[in-house]
Amino acid sequence: MTASDLSILLPEIVIAVYAMAALLFAVYTGKDKLAPTLVWGTAAVFVLCAAWIGLTGGGTNLAFGGSYVDDAFARFAKVVILLSAAAVLVMSEGYMSRRDLLRFEYPILVALAAVGMMVMVSAHDLIVLYMGLELQSLALYVVASLRRDSAKSTEAGLKYFVLGALSSGLLLYGASLTYGYAGTTQFAGIVEAASGEISLGLLFGLVFLLSGFAFKVSAAPFHMWTPDVYEGAPTPVTAFFATAPKMAAMGLFARVVHDAFGNIPADWGQIIAFLSVLSMFLGAIAAIGQRNIKRLMAYSSIAHMGYALMGLAAGTAFGVQAMLIYMAIYVTMNIGTFAFILSMERDGSPVTDIGALNQLSKSEPLKALAVLILMFSLAGVPPLVGFFGKFYVLRAAVEAGYAWLAIAGVIASVIGAFYYLRIVFYMYFGEEGDGLDRGMAPVPWAMLMLAAFAMVAGVVNLFGIEGLAAAAAATLVN
Amino acid sequence: MGVADVAFYAFAVSVLTGGLFTVVSRNPVHSVLWLILAFLSAAGLFVLLGAEFVAMLLVIVYVGAVAVLFLFVVMMLDVDFAALKAEMARYMPLALLIGVVLLMQFGLAIGVWVFDENAEGARAALTPADVHNTAALGLILYDDYILLFQLAGLILLVAMIGAIVLTLRHRTDVKRQNVLAQMYRDPAKALELKDVKPGQGL
Repeated sequence: MTASDLSILLPEIVIAVYAMAALLFAVYTGKDKLAPTLVWGTAAVFVLCAAWIGLTGGGTNLAFGGSYVDDAFARFAKVVILLSAAAVLVMSEGYMSRRDLLRFEYPILVALAAVGMMVMVSAHDLIVLYMGLELQSLALYVVASLRRDSAKSTEAGLKYFVLGALSSGLLLYGASLTYGYAGTTQFAGIVEAASGEISLGLLFGLVFLLSGFAFKVSAAPFHMWTPDVYEGAPTPVTAFFATAPKMAAMGLFARVVHDAFGNIPADWGQIIAFLSVLSMFLGAIAAIGQRNIKRLMAYSSIAHMGYALMGLAAGTAFGVQAMLIYMAIYVTMNIGTFAFILSMERDGSPVTDIGALNQLSKSEPLKALAVLILMFSLAGVPPLVGFFGKFYVLRAAVEAGYAWLAIAGVIASVIGAFYYLRIVFYMYFGEEGDGLDRGMAPVPWAMLMLAAFAMVAGVVNLFGIEGLAAAAAATLVN
Repeated sequence: MGVADVAFYAFAVSVLTGGLFTVVSRNPVHSVLWLILAFLSAAGLFVLLGAEFVAMLLVIVYVGAVAVLFLFVVMMLDVDFAALKAEMARYMPLALLIGVVLLMQFGLAIGVWVFDENAEGARAALTPADVHNTAALGLILYDDYILLFQLAGLILLVAMIGAIVLTLRHRTDVKRQNVLAQMYRDPAKALELKDVKPGQGL
């Protein structure tokens, strides 16, 4: 352990130390009265660390004997994770204080989950990977059941915990098989062992590892927990689940398949292609019957993970670039959409039925327009930014010879467009009925408008993330 | 036969005896006590192998914590072990069958097992000869794997915060003891002396 090792890990250390200091401070002083301050403080720390990671640092640095890596890919993923977590935190503050849910442990748990996510995308060793994953998951189980006097929230937490433990078991089984057959836990060693004709044991290890990851990104057929957890968890927590952890799990997925199994893309490519096509269709078809907007967003996220996996299935640098762009766009769209869902209230209590959106355009034209843009973007309607995300992954799949996968993706996207457009239909041409409360807290309003604006303005050059994602992908795939 | 051999046989026999009586004892408390004997004897075997750290771990963690916890649970919970045993007897034939199949499978696997000639050497190479194995473990855990060690600490912190967040309730309707208030209470205000006349009552 030298100073250089620690300096590579410094952003993670800063956030972890901040979380512990904030915990001690809040326990000995105002407790829950400090919660709003801590939420803003945590968000500020996230933004500062994101800027620090994004603007400084360069090249690929290995730390702790090659078990931890800091490269352009990890930095890209960390910036997305931290910024989205900060955005979700600040927009959840008002909602949670109104419902007496805002406890000072919430931002601290989110900060510790963020540390776990940063470790996940930087892991270069199977044990580090598992530690990061558990740190993140354990914090998420707790925040899922934060509303502990509600049966649904408790159910969400418990279900997530039990199924998460199962997936951790799958993943650990895969990791131990991989370790047994490769003789090392470090990715640098595994990649040497996994080349050419690989042994059956290593292949089994790979399959189990991928199953564990598929659970974490909620890709079909490991998606069962998603709708229940999304529905049961408090809405701000759902918004958090749909953004940063997804990026982290996707980053981890890409990291393992390219860094540890980069020599055998044909072996994992078909598994990921299978997961991808299943997720896209399941997400598109199962959401049609949903009237609860939180469950609907859960199925939407399953479908979107399918598209992101399509980029990964390609197994090329362009595929990873497409996946990163897709995830960045997906996270932005979800922040905007959940900012709107947070404001869906009738007489001060939250509603989740999409029927409540009827005639929203009459009462609040600007909000309805922003939601319309986001829905069109989620559906992938050109010329909005969501279309470019889909376009990139489809191109990556076609270039890698997965034309059938791309065609399946287009078909699924047409099916999936139905339920996004239905929301738009309700807002503009729905029947008269009990509308929603008017007005919206300033922070979610700003997030909604910013996300919608980004969906339109990003068309010009995608805010330059294209080049950053390409550089990130180039360090991962070589 | 040297002292080490005698010690090995003594410990081995008591591990087996302990294990056997753990299973066959009628009284569950006796079972736990036999289990503790088995653990202690296993710790002795580890000492003979030169793995004193694992031996201490076994004594402290298994005997000191786990077995004592068992003992408490067994004593506190009124579990009807006779009924459990009767239930178990119903499944005995199936259990025996599965046991025999497993045994045969293990036999098959071990029969065709090929031991690598270098395996023994590779295992020994991990522990340097001049370093005590407790020290060697410490070097690996706190030096090579310091990152993992600290991350494990963070995970435990999250678990602790989670347990408190999800279960702690500040109840305002309970009366708590305030020792200082009790001690400084003025007898003159709290007590009233009545001079009761004989035969009259209050």
